[in-house]
Amino acid sequence: MRAALCDNRPMPDTKHSSLREHLAQRFAQHLATAFILTSEEERRPYECDGLPAYRHLPLIVVLPADIEQVQAVMRICHEEQVPVVARGAGTGLSGGALPLEDGVLLSLARLNRILDIDPDNLSARVQPGVRNLAISEAARPFGLYYAPDPSSQIACTIGGNVAENAGGVHCLKYGLTVNNLLSLEVVTVEGERLRIGGSGLDSPGFDLLALMTGSEGMLGIVVEVVVKLLPIPSRAQVAMAAFDDVEQAGQAVADIIAEGILPAGLEMMDGPAIRAAEDFVHAGYPVDAAAILLCEVDGDNEEVSEEIARVRQRLLDSGASEVRTARDDAERARFWAGRKAAFPAVGRISPDYYCMDGTIPRKHLPRVLREIAAMSDQFGLRAANVFHAGDGNLHPLILYNGNAPGELERAEAFGGRILELCVEVGGTITGEHGVGLEKIDQMCAQFPPEELETFHAIKAAFDPLGLLNPGKAIPTLNRCAEFGAMHIRAGDLRFPHLERF
Amino acid sequence: MGDISQTLRQQVEEAAHSRTALRLTGGNSKAFLGNPVEGEALQLAAHAGVVSYEPTELVLTARGGTPLQEIEQLLDAHAQQLPFEPPCFGGAATLGGAVASGLAGPARPWSSAPRDALLGVRLLDGRGRLLRFGGQVMKNVAGYDVSRPMAGAHGTLGALLELSLKVLPKPAENRTLVLEVERNEAIARMRELCRRPVPLRGACHHAGRLYLRLSGSRASVRAWQQQIGGELLAEHNTFWQRLRDQQLDFFDRPTTLWRLSLKADVPSLACEQDSLVDWAGAQRWVYSAHTAEQIRGEVAALGGHAEVFRRGPGETAAFQELSGPLLQLHRSLKQRFDPHGILNPGRLFDEAH
Repeated sequence: MRAALCDNRPMPDTKHSSLREHLAQRFAQHLATAFILTSEEERRPYECDGLPAYRHLPLIVVLPADIEQVQAVMRICHEEQVPVVARGAGTGLSGGALPLEDGVLLSLARLNRILDIDPDNLSARVQPGVRNLAISEAARPFGLYYAPDPSSQIACTIGGNVAENAGGVHCLKYGLTVNNLLSLEVVTVEGERLRIGGSGLDSPGFDLLALMTGSEGMLGIVVEVVVKLLPIPSRAQVAMAAFDDVEQAGQAVADIIAEGILPAGLEMMDGPAIRAAEDFVHAGYPVDAAAILLCEVDGDNEEVSEEIARVRQRLLDSGASEVRTARDDAERARFWAGRKAAFPAVGRISPDYYCMDGTIPRKHLPRVLREIAAMSDQFGLRAANVFHAGDGNLHPLILYNGNAPGELERAEAFGGRILELCVEVGGTITGEHGVGLEKIDQMCAQFPPEELETFHAIKAAFDPLGLLNPGKAIPTLNRCAEFGAMHIRAGDLRFPHLERF
Repeated sequence: MGDISQTLRQQVEEAAHSRTALRLTGGNSKAFLGNPVEGEALQLAAHAGVVSYEPTELVLTARGGTPLQEIEQLLDAHAQQLPFEPPCFGGAATLGGAVASGLAGPARPWSSAPRDALLGVRLLDGRGRLLRFGGQVMKNVAGYDVSRPMAGAHGTLGALLELSLKVLPKPAENRTLVLEVERNEAIARMRELCRRPVPLRGACHHAGRLYLRLSGSRASVRAWQQQIGGELLAEHNTFWQRLRDQQLDFFDRPTTLWRLSLKADVPSLACEQDSLVDWAGAQRWVYSAHTAEQIRGEVAALGGHAEVFRRGPGETAAFQELSGPLLQLHRSLKQRFDPHGILNPGRLFDEAH
């Protein structure tokens, strides 16, 4: 089972070494050999992404410097029929950039230039290896910024954001990556260049921009991205509310929306998450609360003053035991620091943690949290919950010890159950982290065979030989049949030594 | 009104079997759009009704045949709206048609297009299979995003039976300012305003007048009104609605109406002899003495595209031609959703291999 994937031993390499040598020679006709990594110690850093429970040493790593080199690499791989896994910063949490032992790992890290900031058209043209935050930093002198802000934004790249359709804490008001793109340049599996989208707000034909976004490197290699920029709001203000009861906090979210307010950010943390975060960054959170809400509004000065007063009143009316509005920017930053550090904070109180990413219709939050608590008892593992409450995206963090025999497997089973619960209440198994390899079994719970067939048909239209990131995101129908059969036995797997793809 | 998905499924299945082309129709308010389609009508208007709407979830799910007006009234009662301001053209427009056509109203640069609000669909593919993609939640990256590409596909990939959309609260205050300025100065002015955190939700120029719609909180709208200046437009909702539905006098002409979509800051093009600038410069409605080839060439050189929106005399493909590899990809996708080529064949591009 999955634990087998964590195997770290160097694999017997003979069957792959001749292919590696052959590819290295062909790549060397287009790239300096310094950017073709073949030795084990050079390849080792690429063996996993942000989900380190899964590791594979790639056959070979190649780091092209421009689009022409990407095309050359793709042409060679296509001719040789070698699979290719694209990688940005490797911060993904679902194993989407997990390499293949018989495949090329294509790092886009060297395509890291901001090509153009066009303030009159509110756009930035950047290479895929540019970090998310670097775009906003480059746009700031023009009073502009790039809205999607996944929590890994200091490290994650825009190419990876496109591949995963990354979100962040401001999605309710400003949308996901897909809502903030203008066009893409893509290299196809055959090494052809495609321009998807145009200079305007729409383009003729199918909306391939939407189809490419979140396709997890399965349809093409993104080599250039034009993103939408927005004017930086004049002011932002945040209110923090404490609740003695999670259900009340959930109701408060609905009450704020019913008030006609569209907060820029609306986040919830439960007791265990609050205490871990407070312990770590001293954000000033009330540690005895069952839940806190952080509600940020942005806009003009007068608008923000008016709205934050309404938010405050609403929160009190909804039963908050305490509401604090940040007195200044420093306090506002501190309120957010706790939320943004929630994952590492939980990392401090447990040897390992497993971060889940389901989305649910918000009204089901109390039920879902109750059931997660019950599962926590059942699996004998603690859980902390942080929640993008505005858009229903839940991040349960399952605490476990990877060195304790069986705990990783239990954590994965627990996580799998949470995702299936998300589907049961009408939600989805992944809001913003992607399916990757991690949630490929839960895809079987979310989609019936005909929909999966359609996904495979789309894949085949772009990549008939199945060379781009094979084995990720979309399970085969066979795998789902197997999963369904196994599932009936409720976690009691019959062939635990077998890898399941 | 109700659920007739099984009847529709049978119709598509039979058409697939007998290789009969189908012309998808909802309220028939946008039949003039795209390339003409020959085929039997697949009537979707009777598949109607709101399936679920909970204002505090900000999500509405309705069948494709539901009249837009019904949806707007329902949302209005809860001070909410569809973010993309779909045109109603004469009142019979349906939700399915609004999404399938991908058309967005004057707020497009700031709010969104149908594709941005679309969270999930149930559709019939060209084999008559009833499929469901996306869902009713705002964030969802499980599997490829098959829902959003349905917006603007004009029914060529599937018949949209049910749609889930993100809805938004209505702004508390709306005002429209009118400034007397010439075209290129107006474009520069719009771009300058777009760079600042102005609560703009409409910026249109025609016949020497720049129309700016401010929408937001009372405090914010009033503050910006003072800064920008200009005259307050009295029947201001009517103006934007007439612009959206093409009921302004400008649109009342028998010659070909072109829609240009391009980089917003471009000054007047040579082909723009008579034009109305919308979307703060990014969308231009044009009557032109130039040939289709000239118009398309001029716009394409700027990375944009030109569309025949309302056809005058003469034969011209509705949409800008797709480049070789892109066209191939389109044909391949079409083939996989609709292997017999029965769904609105040819409406969007030349599907022949």
